[in-house]
Parts: sequence; structure tokens; C-alpha cells
Amino acid sequence: MPLQIILNIIIAVMWMFLSESYTFPSLLTGFIIGALLLFMLRRFIPANFYLYRVWKIIKLLLLFVKELLISNIDIVKWVYKPKQTYYPGIFAYPTELKSSWEILLLTSLISLTPGTLSVAVSDNNKIIYIHAMDIESDETSIKEIKETFEKAIMEVTR
Amino acid sequence: MTIGGTIEFIAAFLVLAGAIMALISAIGIIRFPDVYTRSHAGTKSSTLAVLLTLLGAFIHIAAEQGFYSVRLLLGIVFVFLTAPVAGHVIIRAAYRAQVKMSDTTVEDELKQEVERMKKNAEADRNERGEIINEEQKEEKEQQQ
Repeated sequence: MPLQIILNIIIAVMWMFLSESYTFPSLLTGFIIGALLLFMLRRFIPANFYLYRVWKIIKLLLLFVKELLISNIDIVKWVYKPKQTYYPGIFAYPTELKSSWEILLLTSLISLTPGTLSVAVSDNNKIIYIHAMDIESDETSIKEIKETFEKAIMEVTR
Repeated sequence: MTIGGTIEFIAAFLVLAGAIMALISAIGIIRFPDVYTRSHAGTKSSTLAVLLTLLGAFIHIAAEQGFYSVRLLLGIVFVFLTAPVAGHVIIRAAYRAQVKMSDTTVEDELKQEVERMKKNAEADRNERGEIINEEQKEEKEQQQ
């Protein structure tokens, strides 16, 4: 992926030299042309076309904002209920993610999504312990959400 | 309603929503039973509150004075990066300090793991509490 970005920038600079106008619009034109060239030559480049990954990152961000809004609606519900109707608890969630920054991303996302908060990561980085606000009603649904996150993160990194 | 008026309304609405979220977060911190559930209200709601308020301020300044304050956007990014990590560290420290969970808590799968780690840590130390190396560890096991 870094190789592709550098190639794209080099093509953009080349375009600036060729057209002999050293302005931002001409750099942008060169960048778009470079992206098109890389897209057409994607069979010869190692790894996927990099703008595809950028698109995945944008999708992850949108998913994240959606979950943040839902989680806050949940908090409002819990705060305003006169009696405590939820049962908090800690459950273990086995994760397939390997590198530490993927796990950092996943724990941060968990902390900002509905009803869950990451408490600890086990020593071998295989299990994340999650504190859930209402563990009885929706442990399965919570796990489903986590799996969508995990899938989205994997699509970005691999 | 003119376009400027609409933009101004959006900015005002965002700031108001942010203030309401901050209030709810504060009420949550008072009402929830233990440190773990309070941390839920503390991390999620206050993050969204800061996000909405800063976004409202950004739109207001951009519409009124035509000045695009990138610093506000950076502020949003940094809060987003740091708030969940801070929440995680606080709640983890609370768990390690054995802060009690509320009576309604039904499940605790982390307990066994922490106990196992404690046992391992004790095996790595001598009588004075110093960390020992592999040979000394074997000696200690033989003594037992």
C-alpha cells in the first residue's frame, strides 16, 4: 500500500512537470490520472488497489458514527428508567486479530459502542474482556456487532 | 428561511444537543450503581457531547466569519482517539484494585484469569517479593 501511494504521488508530480504549471489543481489532476493508471495496471501491483482500502476505511468510520449514536440513545434510556432493569457483567470475547494496533482499534470501537466497555486484554492477545451494561438480554446481539467490527477492521488491514 | 439562517440553526441545534448529552452523561455518572457502569456514561456520552459541541462551533465560525478552524476538527479527532483509551485504562485499574461490582452484576469471566495471573506472579517471586530468574524458580519448586 505505501508503494502504491508513493507511485501515485510520483505520477502526480510528473504530470505537474509535463504540463509546466506548478499549482494545486494541476497536482490534483495528476493525482487523479495516476489513480486511474494504477487502477488499470492493478494486476501487476502487489496487494489490492489502495483506494479500495481507503473506501473500506471510510465505511468503517461511518459504521462507527452510527454505533456511537445508537449507544448514546441506549445510555439515555438507561439513565431515565426509574428502576434498574439491566444486569451488568463481564464476558470474554475471543478475537482473531493479531497485531497490537488492530486490537487497539477494536477495543476503542468496543468502548464507544452500545452497552459495552473493554476492561482488559489477555496476555496472549487472544481474548478481550468486555464489560456489558445488560448482559442477560443481548449477549448474542453484542457478539454479532463485535463480529461486524472485527470483519470491517480485517478488511481494512488485510 | 435563508441559507445562512438554516446553517445557523444547524449550528445552534448541534451545540444544544451536545449540551443535553453532557447533562445526561453527568446524570448517568450520579445514577449508575458502580464504577464500571458509570464509566459507560462517562466515556460514550461525554465523547458524543464534545463531538457535537465542537462541530456546532466549527459550523458557526465558518458561517459567521468565513474562517475554517481546522483546530476544532483536530480537537474532535484527538478526543475520539483518547477518550476510549482513558476509559479502558481507568476501568482496568479499577478492576485490578478489586473495586467491587454492583450487586446486580450477574457474570464475571475475568475473575479466573486474574487469579491465574496472580498465582503465576507469586511463583515468580521469592520470600522478600523480588522477581527471580529461571534457576531460582526451579530451586523454589524443589523446596516445595
